[in-house]
Amino acid sequence: MRHSPPQLADKLLRFFLADDRREEVLGDLHEEFHWQVRRVGERRARWRYWGDVLRFLKPQFTTQRTPNHSRKPSNITMIRNYLKVAFRNLARHKGYSAINVGGLAVGMAVAMLIGLWIYDELSYNTYHKHYARIAQVMQHQTSNGHVGSQNAIPAPLEDELRAKYGDNFKHLAMATWQGDRILSYGDKKITRSGNYMGVEMPDILSLQMMKGSRNGLKEPNSILLSASTAQSLFGDANPMGKLINIDGKADVQVTGVYEDLPFNTELHELTFIAPWKLFVATQPWVKRALDKREWGNNSFQLFVQIADNTTMETVSTRIRNAKLANVPAEDKKYKAEIFLHPMSDWRLHSNWDEGVQTGGYIQYVQLFAIVGVFVLLLACINFMNLSTARSEKRAKEVGIRKAVGSVRSQLINQFFSESFLVVVFAFGVAILLILALLPWFNEVADKRIVFPWTNVPFWLASLTFIVVTGLLAGSYPAFYLSSFQPIKVLKGTFKVGGLAAVPRKVLVVVQFTVSITLIIGTSIVYQQIQHTKNRPLGYDSNGLVMMQMLSPAFYGKYDVLKTDLKNAGVIQEMAESSSPLTGVWSNNGGFSWPGKAPSLDSDFSTIWVTHDFGKTVGWQFKEGRDFSRKFTTDSSAIIINEAAVKFMGIEHPLGTVVKWGDDSDTNKPEYFTIVGVIKDVLAESPYEPVKQAIYFLDYENVNWIMLKLNPARSASQSIATIESIFKKDVPSAPFNYKFADLEFGKKFASEERIGKLAGGFAILAIFISCLGLFGLSSFTAEQRTKEIGVRKVLGASVLNLWSLLSKDFVVLVIIACLIASPIAYYYLSEWLSDYDYRTELSWWVFAGSGAGALIITLLTVSFQTIKAALVNPVKSLRSE
Amino acid sequence: MKRSYLGEFEEIVLLTVAVLELQKQAYGVAITHEIIEQTGRSVRLNQIHAALDRLEDKGMVKSEMGEPTAERGGRRKRLFTVTAYGRRTLQDIQEVRVSFWSRLLNPLNSIGQRDWGMG
Repeated sequence: MRHSPPQLADKLLRFFLADDRREEVLGDLHEEFHWQVRRVGERRARWRYWGDVLRFLKPQFTTQRTPNHSRKPSNITMIRNYLKVAFRNLARHKGYSAINVGGLAVGMAVAMLIGLWIYDELSYNTYHKHYARIAQVMQHQTSNGHVGSQNAIPAPLEDELRAKYGDNFKHLAMATWQGDRILSYGDKKITRSGNYMGVEMPDILSLQMMKGSRNGLKEPNSILLSASTAQSLFGDANPMGKLINIDGKADVQVTGVYEDLPFNTELHELTFIAPWKLFVATQPWVKRALDKREWGNNSFQLFVQIADNTTMETVSTRIRNAKLANVPAEDKKYKAEIFLHPMSDWRLHSNWDEGVQTGGYIQYVQLFAIVGVFVLLLACINFMNLSTARSEKRAKEVGIRKAVGSVRSQLINQFFSESFLVVVFAFGVAILLILALLPWFNEVADKRIVFPWTNVPFWLASLTFIVVTGLLAGSYPAFYLSSFQPIKVLKGTFKVGGLAAVPRKVLVVVQFTVSITLIIGTSIVYQQIQHTKNRPLGYDSNGLVMMQMLSPAFYGKYDVLKTDLKNAGVIQEMAESSSPLTGVWSNNGGFSWPGKAPSLDSDFSTIWVTHDFGKTVGWQFKEGRDFSRKFTTDSSAIIINEAAVKFMGIEHPLGTVVKWGDDSDTNKPEYFTIVGVIKDVLAESPYEPVKQAIYFLDYENVNWIMLKLNPARSASQSIATIESIFKKDVPSAPFNYKFADLEFGKKFASEERIGKLAGGFAILAIFISCLGLFGLSSFTAEQRTKEIGVRKVLGASVLNLWSLLSKDFVVLVIIACLIASPIAYYYLSEWLSDYDYRTELSWWVFAGSGAGALIITLLTVSFQTIKAALVNPVKSLRSE
Repeated sequence: MKRSYLGEFEEIVLLTVAVLELQKQAYGVAITHEIIEQTGRSVRLNQIHAALDRLEDKGMVKSEMGEPTAERGGRRKRLFTVTAYGRRTLQDIQEVRVSFWSRLLNPLNSIGQRDWGMG
């Protein structure tokens, strides 16, 4: 266009005119201007233009066009309407709403609990600031053709790494093994779990110091306490500089107090740290291991923080041969391979098989993630099923809405707002449920999860959760119901049935497949636990009490204690040993015997016991005899277990002489004679075969006191008497004891935890499925009211009607059983294959679970079907 | 019969809309020019816009945005159409007039045609 209207006028108009008038008015004015230019010329057209513009500057044009009834209502109004209708629907069908909201709430609660649990597992150890750069040094070793992986490493490794690979590390810290130790201050004695660790450990762990500094371990006679330990030793008094005693062996000065490590860290039981130097100074064998650079003595731990500019993999590869290059020639065959186990893997990836990492706890995390998703899915399926089942009732509503002008998108929106309303309700209920369940859940799962009220990511996740669930649960009804044709629906020829019920049936099958799989899984987990618990122990754990000799004060008191306890009549027998009954603390190689294959690495569990040990724990002899005071030669006698007989490959073990040590060693080899063979004593993992073991007679190399309580007396009374005797005979040590059977039971803690959780979830899954089934069956019963009436009039019995109505559901559950069984079989045989000692997958578990599901189904469905079958036909037929 | 009052100018505008909507030309400028042409009055755009606003408020016309054109600087027109109600109103007015005219031309017929317009 050559000519253009005055811009100032346009600006003026734009400023004053209402937004929704600008376009048309300016458009009209411009069109008029061009017309006037042609008619009267540009100059006069411009004048005219100004005149027109000014005429538009009136209040009636500066206000918005008034809303018109024929125009589309705003979104807010529609949403308000949707919600109102949704509310009315919920309020009218209270039962179904309760099933919907309840089922969804349970499902969400389960999914959220599992989510919280997984979050907790994944955030394990992240308390430490340098989490990503911390690692434990470990090694693979090959023995008898198998690669074993262990975190026990030799003492000289630290110096070696510092000297030759120093650039790769920021910090290194040696440590011994975390365990209970006695701390005493004045008269106060407490038993606390702690460790002796290198100077740099507090820096590695980025301990939050409340008093003192992180280099408080510089002096050998110092100690760092956790806040809770300091509190129980000193109360509110200032602990700094106070002198305390560890295990009655060393006096140390408190040089710092650190904030307790949170429960979800691997080292949360590390309640004090004493200097590694102190451990070296007080333990001659450790000093020897360091001074003589004993590369074969794998008895220590080494923690590192790698340098900032490198990665775990690089460092791992570089230090691979740090040990192999130093071991004596005859030990090269073990092919020791040093590597780093990053802190981020400590919790979830800690299993190795033949030197290859094979996961670990992560499998359970994944398993429960899947369970969580499935339980949520079950709840969503309920919602979808109930909504579609109700579709026949709501079909009229849909028809009318469509007839009066609702377009499909509006109906979709309506159903989505309904589902969102239910989901939001359910979310509220779910939070209440979680608050109620959290204490129980924490106990079962051994967690300290708190509800994350102030955690923004949690709420964001919840919001996503609501949206996803709302969309998932609402999608089927929204798209299915809104597709109805109004003509058919209103004419009355519309029937939901036949093909329309197929997806619903599929959903029910999916639901029950999940539930039945969970039931089978739980049963097998419990069966496996029970199977293992019933495994022969090789000793009698009844009334067997174990006490660790933490303080030197225990030693040399054997005879006094035994006499006093026996005189009091509280024990049958007493003995001492180097290992507890629930673990083996020492393994040794270097044994040989006539007929030993030269290539065999003779690695045995080695346990030192006193004379009465066998009597105390109730050894069962296969051959030979127990140690006896009658034979003075028994100081060089040994007793071996059945596994050892098999391992050694000897036919007549009794009298066989076993040589320990080599002629080339500085210490002379020792010779022992086998006097007895006992049945395997289950001390380590109950899922694995018992290792070959040798029992020696010794009164010095012992760490544990074993007491067999007098069965004629009550255990609690006996313990009280025992305590008073110990207080008298060993006054400087606190009295701590453990029951052998309880300690053994702890070995099942993780499996039992999994079993309980899986059981809980299985029950909830079944509950949710039944809730849905209950609702569904009531709908079918309602739909078939007339049919039932007619059948009754024609003479059908209640039993006929019951079986007619229940049959459909039973068929679905049987199909679900058939699908669930192979799935469960596959995954459970995978799970069981991890255990060497395992139960069989017996068919009756599968049959039983199926039957159980069937019975539950029938019970659920029968409530509705019997109710429907009992209705007087007059009532149901009267309306026509 | 209760009908909204329709002013004379509004009636002219409404009639123009009814005529122009057939060619989809019932918008501000076109209506203005048409009225100027047909009645010879000097009508200005703002008057037409105001009248159309009032008619829309009364529910006699409805509108929607049309296509943009170059001479409007790429702006769209607001195209008006007469609603059923507007059409009825026009007819009523016409009938009342016809009824009066017929009585004026044939005074004797007036009684027989009394309820002719009650429809």
